Amino acid sequence: MKFVFTRGRFNRFLVAASAACVMLAAIVVPLPVQASLPRAHTVRIDARTFAFTPGVVSVRRGDTVTLELEALDAVHGLYVDGYDVNLVAEPGNSAAATFVADKEGKFKFRCSVACGALHPFMLGELNVEPNLPFARALLITLAGVMGALALFWR
Amino acid sequence: MTTVRFELTRSALLKRVLTSRWVPWLFMALTLPVFWLAILAGLFGTPAGSRNFGIVLVWIVWWALLMLVMVPCAGRLWCAICPIPAPGEWLQRRALLEPRAGGRLYTLGWKFPRRLKNIWLQNMAFLAVGLFSIVILTTPFVSALVLFGFVALAIMTSMLFERRVFCRYLCPVGGFIGLYSQVAPIEVRVKDAAVCKTHTEKTCYQGSANGYGCPWLVYPAALAKNTYCGMCTECLKTCPRDNIGIFLRAPGKDLETTQGRRLDEAYKALIMLTCALAYSIVLLGPWSVLKEAAYAVGTAAWWLYALIFLATNLAFVPGIFFVCTTFARNLSFQKFSRRRMFVEYAYALIPLGLAAWMAFTVSFVFVNFSYAWQVASDPFGWGWNLFGSADWTWTPYLAGMQAYFQIPILLGGLIWAIGITQRTARTQNVPPRAALPVVAFCAAFTVALLWLYV
Repeated sequence: MKFVFTRGRFNRFLVAASAACVMLAAIVVPLPVQASLPRAHTVRIDARTFAFTPGVVSVRRGDTVTLELEALDAVHGLYVDGYDVNLVAEPGNSAAATFVADKEGKFKFRCSVACGALHPFMLGELNVEPNLPFARALLITLAGVMGALALFWR
Repeated sequence: MTTVRFELTRSALLKRVLTSRWVPWLFMALTLPVFWLAILAGLFGTPAGSRNFGIVLVWIVWWALLMLVMVPCAGRLWCAICPIPAPGEWLQRRALLEPRAGGRLYTLGWKFPRRLKNIWLQNMAFLAVGLFSIVILTTPFVSALVLFGFVALAIMTSMLFERRVFCRYLCPVGGFIGLYSQVAPIEVRVKDAAVCKTHTEKTCYQGSANGYGCPWLVYPAALAKNTYCGMCTECLKTCPRDNIGIFLRAPGKDLETTQGRRLDEAYKALIMLTCALAYSIVLLGPWSVLKEAAYAVGTAAWWLYALIFLATNLAFVPGIFFVCTTFARNLSFQKFSRRRMFVEYAYALIPLGLAAWMAFTVSFVFVNFSYAWQVASDPFGWGWNLFGSADWTWTPYLAGMQAYFQIPILLGGLIWAIGITQRTARTQNVPPRAALPVVAFCAAFTVALLWLYV
């Protein structure tokens, strides 16, 4: 089968390439972010089988965060994805760690000590705002949808 | 339509390997003891899932291999080496390797009820497993009972019915592997359908001295998609005219045509999509109240969870999709039936759903994979240290990096889905704008998952 580079194919290729460029731009171009002064947060997180309270912790990028882990019923851990923070606490003996939230986005924190059946799903979220990865993902998706529609629209 | 494909079985060596009776028997014989070890570990090992071979092997190692490698790259290849039907099949054949005369089977020979010759039972079985998934995934004893139940059911159906009725109509895993195998870049097909027409013996379906008739109850010459082909290679062994091969092809070729699209498969696509979203919320979200409700089987909270889970899977999400396809129908200005539109557009959800499951798998597999080293040395959690890795600490691989894999996976699935919606519109001879409501549905689903993951 001989491949012919027709005008229609060329146009579609052009659209796909343009969409790919927009997607690439969405990854690398700095997004406008409202500046704010860094603050210090101390957050106490209670751990019990199989839940963290609060389950969601929100801070802004640049803030200094102190996590205090209080285990209520058994030995529990708290590992923050992406920050490599790992705490282990037992009832009556809490643990704490301080770090600067210098990466924006959503990071799971999870129990790092096997504590029972639902241990792998004992999860919480650290939201470091602004969530630029999500904003970029949305832009990429939008460009992808537009590009795909143009590419396949016949 | 021109078909571009490359026959892998042109290779004399590969052909010889695949027509050997040792393939795939040898692989089943290898997976079977590992599978039984998983069951035994579940029944008699530690109740801590993350230290039990049964949980870690099946729901982390096997699941990762299945969803990230085997299904996207090789379709139903897992079904060819799956240990679950092996005991029943060997009993049915009363042979391990070489077939008895003419590929004879020893069963009561019951016919599977005509009304059940679809994947509705698999849909319901998957939902049943899905409803109890948080218990099955985390409790070794329950997980082992479920796996043992699958083996028992496979043996029972092998004794009563012909061939692999369990795999074809009952297995909850096989149902979605079949659906998603349509995207795979590999297929088992006849080389020339005209050759089959003149071959009156149909040994590929009836069996011969060289092998069994298709265990999946498929006539290979009529095979148009991967969904029901278990890649067991029996047809390669029994075809006397060398007219069946394994081909590399364009990924997703089965989704290019709208012929043969069915409501049960459409619902399967929707159930899979919904479950991927539901699991991402319940299992991976920070809302412990949902996990606790899903785990507390029999309580009022669980009944409420079950009601919402089933209603979302069977009515709510399909209902939204139905509204979208009805809009698509209205935009097409054609008098297609609403059901036809619902069914035909649902196939766009196949690459989207596969991408969603891959993204879901990425979320938990890498961070939990290091448990595999521990249980390899101490499968029962009894304090063994067979390979010296029992004391290796939990190490979350790629922690915080999952989104960099999930975003391109989800985007790829979405773009592919959009391509199928447009192709479906073209096949129906309607303007491309008619597919826009379905595109919006797919995009909204992708954004919802991105919001959960990123």
